Amino acid sequence: MSSYPWAAGYIDDGDRPKIVTSRFHLEDGYTLERYQATGGYDGLRRALAKSPAEVHDEVRGATILGRGGAGFPAGTKWGLMPADKYPRYLVVNGDESEPGTYKDRLLMERDPHQLIEGCLIAAYAAGLAQVFLYIRGEMPLAHERVGQALNEAYAAGYVGTNILGTDFSVDIVLHWGAGAYVVGEETALIESLEGKRGEPRLKPPFFPAAIGLYGQPTIVNNVETLSNLPWLLVNGMEAYTAIGTQTSPGTRMVAVSGHVNRPGVYEIVNGTTTFRDLLYGDEFCQGIRNGNELKAFVPGGGSAPWFTPEQLDLPFEGRLVGAAGSMLGSGAIMVMDHTTDIPAAALTLTHFYAAESCGQCTPCREGGTWLERVLSRIVDGNGTPADLDQLLEIGESICPGAFPHASSSALGLEATPFPYKMTTICFVGPSAYAPVHSALTLFRSEFEAKITRRNSIPVTAVHATPETAGAH
Amino acid sequence: MSDTALEAGASASGSRHTVDPGRPEHPSGDDRFALVDTHLRRVHDAQDQLIETLHVAQDVFGFLSDDVLLYVARALRLPPSMVYGVATFYHLFTFEPPGEHTCTVCTGTACFVKGADDIVADVATAHGVHVGDTSADGRLTLRTARCLGSCGLAPVVVLDGVVHGHQSPSGALALLDGELGGVR
Repeated sequence: MSSYPWAAGYIDDGDRPKIVTSRFHLEDGYTLERYQATGGYDGLRRALAKSPAEVHDEVRGATILGRGGAGFPAGTKWGLMPADKYPRYLVVNGDESEPGTYKDRLLMERDPHQLIEGCLIAAYAAGLAQVFLYIRGEMPLAHERVGQALNEAYAAGYVGTNILGTDFSVDIVLHWGAGAYVVGEETALIESLEGKRGEPRLKPPFFPAAIGLYGQPTIVNNVETLSNLPWLLVNGMEAYTAIGTQTSPGTRMVAVSGHVNRPGVYEIVNGTTTFRDLLYGDEFCQGIRNGNELKAFVPGGGSAPWFTPEQLDLPFEGRLVGAAGSMLGSGAIMVMDHTTDIPAAALTLTHFYAAESCGQCTPCREGGTWLERVLSRIVDGNGTPADLDQLLEIGESICPGAFPHASSSALGLEATPFPYKMTTICFVGPSAYAPVHSALTLFRSEFEAKITRRNSIPVTAVHATPETAGAH
Repeated sequence: MSDTALEAGASASGSRHTVDPGRPEHPSGDDRFALVDTHLRRVHDAQDQLIETLHVAQDVFGFLSDDVLLYVARALRLPPSMVYGVATFYHLFTFEPPGEHTCTVCTGTACFVKGADDIVADVATAHGVHVGDTSADGRLTLRTARCLGSCGLAPVVVLDGVVHGHQSPSGALALLDGELGGVR
């Protein structure tokens, strides 16, 4: 199990500020010994010297935006819990399964103690009685490393009763997921922790902070969000907000994959780094493979609407990216060069979301499946001209109204801002439609090419020409 | 949970004689159920521990047979339909015994754009096995995964739990030949 390629993925060169990846270059950064030698658990000591309210204010002041996808500030989220309802729980969302995202896995494998310290700080600040760490089932090494780190932390008195001699006590429980994309949604995660099928709960309440795990107030935070806390407590709010911009302070981890020369996970400065810096910069991805032309890229995980080279100069700033018609989401960037078969790429993504639908909401269960069927018909060369409008019509039933898309001067398109309206409980349904809509809006001609080609071939020739048989 | 049951669990391990007096003995007399029992005692038969229990059962048996699912349902006092529903909801639980070797090809988006489909097709043809199935001789199970979260290594092939990155169809076939001893 330890054969997992943890060493591959993270790339660190260039002189950038490091908040969460400062121990990634160390071979044994996951051990308690090394963690303590490099300033580990100092943040917890500083937090315990203050009152919980002071720590909470510091986190609120630093505006740590949630790194899981929605980008909701962590400090604000903690403040949403009803004042007099106890016990309260912290659930750590380590069920990272958005296509293209692999940053949380590295955080859990390379620096599990940082995550544990972050959990403890959050538990202290928000008055949480117990922490549930939910790790995705497909990450055996993360499970092993976090489990080992937890044992070390318990033995050293960082977790458990009377932590570091104070009267603050908290327990951390490890839960190993069993493989379901939808469990990344916070209410589905809670259902799964309760031993049920991971089906998202009806909203409202919009946040499990009101009613969550076992009916109690619950905070659900992403692994990367919590991993920011130790650094914040040691270096202070001013140092944190000095990095990045006022609305998006700090750094964030982005996972780049696809047709770039150097795919990997990078810790970049929030708000100021642009997509162009990231994809073409020497310290980052160093351009598209073979000097090819960039065709499109997904800016925030598989469920985000696509961008074209026209949006390259946008910075990593949630609001700007949202206004431009997409989202930063989980920080996964998938790059497609000009050789990419766009309808087939959209089909791959739609297939994922259709298969991962939990089946609760009809528009997602049926709509996603039909999107996939119609699209695969087109990709296989069996589509009809009516299929394109059919796709849009199915999408309309999942997401009524205008769907976000990027602007394009070539196509004369105005950007439609993110987010969208939806007829489903969670975002899985719209996510199945996002790649289809983006691909159809930006590259409609490629779909039409697949359809007319089939129709233009005389029926008698279809059996005779071998290349039409496998033309996809 | 009574103290005697806890002691029974602690004093002897691996034998079916450790099964609680109150718990029905499995008709098959299979010792492996005792390992599941040990876990059940540890979690005090809590119903919210269903997923953990299924993990343990699958670790012990290799897959979840109907017998095992019914056993877990009875132990946790849950309707079999719920246990079956939860077990089938999550991808990691499998209901058929796997082959001697398991080859998983990632078909996530990053792997797709780097040609994962060709790897799947070539392995399937060369070893005469359909995706999700085990070959007739029981030597190879071929699976696809939707995203293994190793997109920087795309395309990725996992052979018996070992991850191999940057694969090609010929490379994957060579890997398999090495592992299976060149047997078709």
